[in-house]
Amino acid sequence: MKKTDISDLQHFHKVVDCQWACPAHTNVPEYIRLIAAGRYTDSYMLNWFSNVFPGVLGRTCDRPCEPACRRGRVEEKPVAICRLKRVAADFKDDISDRLPAIPSKKNGKRVALVGAGPASLAVARDLLPLGYEVVLYEKDQRGGGAMRTQIPAFRLPESVLDEEVDRILDFGVECHFGQPVQSMGWLLKQGFDAVFVGSGAPRGRDLDIPGRQEASANIHIGIDWLASVAFEHINTIGKRVVVIGGGNTAMDCCRTALRLGGEQVTVTVRSGFDEMKASPWEKEDAMHEGIPILDYHAPKSFQIDNGRLSGVWFEKMRAERDDKGRRRLVPTGEPLVLIPCDDVLMAIGQENAFPWIERDIGIEFDQWDMPKLDADTFQSTHPQVFFGGDAAFGPKNIIWAVAHGHAAAISMDLLCQGKDLHADRPAKGVTLVSQKMGMHDWSYGNDFAATQRLAVPHADKFKTLKNIKVEVELGFDAEMALKEAARCLNCDVQTVFTENLCIECDACVDICPEDCITFTTNGDEAELRTRLTAPATNLDQPLYVSDPVPTGRVMVKDEDLCLHCGFCAERCPTGAWDMQKSILTLPQAGGVCRV
Amino acid sequence: MSYLPKPKIHHPQLPKNTLGLTRRDYEGSLSTLCAGCGHDSVSAALIQACFELDLPPHRVGKLSGIGCSSKTPTYFLGPAHGFNSVHGRMPSIASGAAAANRDLVYIGVSGDGDTASIGLGQFIHAIRRGVNMLYLVENNGTYGLTKGQFSATADVGSKSKAGKANPYTPIDLVQLALQMGAGFVARSFSGDKEQLVPLLKAAIAYPGFAFIDVISPCVTFNNHEASTKSYSHIRRHDRPVMAADFVPLAQEITAAYAPGDRHTVTLHDGSMLHLKKLAEDYDPYDRIGAMNYLQRHQADGSVLTGLLYLDAEPTEMHAMLGTDAAALNSLPHASLCPGAAQLDAINAALR
Repeated sequence: MKKTDISDLQHFHKVVDCQWACPAHTNVPEYIRLIAAGRYTDSYMLNWFSNVFPGVLGRTCDRPCEPACRRGRVEEKPVAICRLKRVAADFKDDISDRLPAIPSKKNGKRVALVGAGPASLAVARDLLPLGYEVVLYEKDQRGGGAMRTQIPAFRLPESVLDEEVDRILDFGVECHFGQPVQSMGWLLKQGFDAVFVGSGAPRGRDLDIPGRQEASANIHIGIDWLASVAFEHINTIGKRVVVIGGGNTAMDCCRTALRLGGEQVTVTVRSGFDEMKASPWEKEDAMHEGIPILDYHAPKSFQIDNGRLSGVWFEKMRAERDDKGRRRLVPTGEPLVLIPCDDVLMAIGQENAFPWIERDIGIEFDQWDMPKLDADTFQSTHPQVFFGGDAAFGPKNIIWAVAHGHAAAISMDLLCQGKDLHADRPAKGVTLVSQKMGMHDWSYGNDFAATQRLAVPHADKFKTLKNIKVEVELGFDAEMALKEAARCLNCDVQTVFTENLCIECDACVDICPEDCITFTTNGDEAELRTRLTAPATNLDQPLYVSDPVPTGRVMVKDEDLCLHCGFCAERCPTGAWDMQKSILTLPQAGGVCRV
Repeated sequence: MSYLPKPKIHHPQLPKNTLGLTRRDYEGSLSTLCAGCGHDSVSAALIQACFELDLPPHRVGKLSGIGCSSKTPTYFLGPAHGFNSVHGRMPSIASGAAAANRDLVYIGVSGDGDTASIGLGQFIHAIRRGVNMLYLVENNGTYGLTKGQFSATADVGSKSKAGKANPYTPIDLVQLALQMGAGFVARSFSGDKEQLVPLLKAAIAYPGFAFIDVISPCVTFNNHEASTKSYSHIRRHDRPVMAADFVPLAQEITAAYAPGDRHTVTLHDGSMLHLKKLAEDYDPYDRIGAMNYLQRHQADGSVLTGLLYLDAEPTEMHAMLGTDAAALNSLPHASLCPGAAQLDAINAALR
């Protein structure tokens, strides 16, 4: 293999698996270290610059970071990254003097935002400090988008959401609440320099099976129903409720129904329990509240008695492989199952809808009726119109929406400054700084904490089930946070090898707790992987290869299971190994774009 | 050295031996030697060898004297028995232990100071007695523990870290072992585990006195340009005469046998030693030839490594003494001390 080019930021970025997996590339290890140091406000601000909504995401994030966490590879469970983020938000001090200054003299450019969800708010957050005038149109009466309408208050208290949404709106967004945009043509005529569409995926899918029309009074589309609950238009539901669907919306629906008076709430999914789209912790929470999840139940028809819904008939399914090995669901042939109910909540997915965008104004749509976008710039085929969040590539989650917002803000800034959206796009950067303070003294906690993942304490079930606004999760206290933070393996503190200092004493190889390091003759990657001290079977994780050392061999380090404990560097008599913190610099609008 | 404990956690796919143990189960305490010390690599090689031999760690007796090298038994095979004796007196302790309990595997670790200076007399007598043990010298040519004086194995003319040249002729422990009749004599280098691990395995399995002189650089006091025991010097002057491959009894792989220069030696327990000549003119069964060969190459500055001499039929202490096949410490008191009547009978027979 060729020597690993460690000046290429991708290598060390990928070693920080959590940050690599986060769409907004939040600097997870650094903010966890700040929490461990009790510097909650600093930790919150570090989060706020990348993910914009630390308090919201610390409760509701889909946590792509956690399955990626290296801790989950060396022992069973990853660091509770998401819950630590919440700690920073819960314990922070006043941050008002740390927020960017908003210039009173504007730069003369006007940007319109459609929808007040996380994508649009991220754009506003990035552009307002640069002097842009930002005009927001939102169909609801409050800001927050799906964060408000689709996440129940028992998971995300209104005060947390309001704080983080209002912080941005208070930067000076010109808000038009309760004012849906009816026509893109109209909007474009308002003389904006750029338009950002962050209108989400607002349409819940329906299921057209026998009885649907007759029972319509008692069949509710999940996301619309959740929104109505959030805005307090709905505050009751029947005693027997069937939730159809297996995603996070279904989990929110069933738990909300339980709090609005549902006594027998049942979730049904067409496929298997393990294939459900809902995050494992959301399923756990629902079941913890006593809600059964029936898998392999495909809805067949609605039972109507006396003109009113009285139950749902299900056909039982099983999974099998067809001739080509494709998995598919087939009916088992068992008799249909009737689940009696008073109300049905339909949570089988949601989709985009752009009825308000005229199809002749230069925005092209693809075969799925989604706007054609440049994947890097988020620009549509109309140069002034950008999309982000669920409106761009279909339903994902909040953290993706924020990431889109940052990228689209850079594009709009470049556009307004007359620059090329691709060529002038600012690059990411990486800085490596040695963490050595003395002979055996590192500026980070390199002692491996053997603690197992801590569970977040929950409020008393009897209390939370009675009141929809009582938050279920209590969050870590400072002591638990410190313990959990100590589980972080500091993957951003990289093991950096300098071959011309190496005397091949083997000290690093012998001491490595995970057998990550091998000195061997070079070979191509696939073959080399078979010859390393420990099996290097995780192909997603790079090998770090040096130039030849004096005997002609190369140093090969499998980055997969490295604990970043620094033993290799402590044992190295010549300083050929060093522990260096990699700081990834991610561009946001402003900065280099504006030079 | 490090002040942090090494985490207990290890690679989830770490191989296990027939005892169900991983290599990590053969580790000892965290080393307090200087970072980069060759002795730590020797410890790692011993860990690997004992793991691969499926040795139950509690069936091993570790013995040492005084010095950096004699600290090292703490750093491998934590669950084994151990005795850290007086300076240079490890061979006596080993002889006593081996006499009392022949069922343990004995690994004596010594250094060039411990063996070639204060313990020289003990060393050669342990060879004469044929104690069934691995006698390993971690040889760095310096007194590291007392800040870098020349030891008795330092080459004449080689320089100390302070720049002074050594006026004395070195003692070559390998030559001495050959002369005194050791049945297994090898030299290796702490920086070459590919060579060292099979040699250690073969030496541990060897049913007699096995001696390995391991050049193990002192990274603090003897790893400079003018040292003849430094990492770079040994790498430049290392001349392997032999590639050894040890195949334990249970794992014999006949396909590994290749014609030509390969010699296969079957030890008493059925384990096999595959020896492959690297030096065309080298015969590992010829004690006198080996001594000459060593002298010749020493003169041109080469350091010969590998299995230098092998006696496939060694005479071991218990055989010489005609002791019981059972370990003496397992015999009842009545057998060990048959009583006054028996003594009287013996005395009477001698009158």
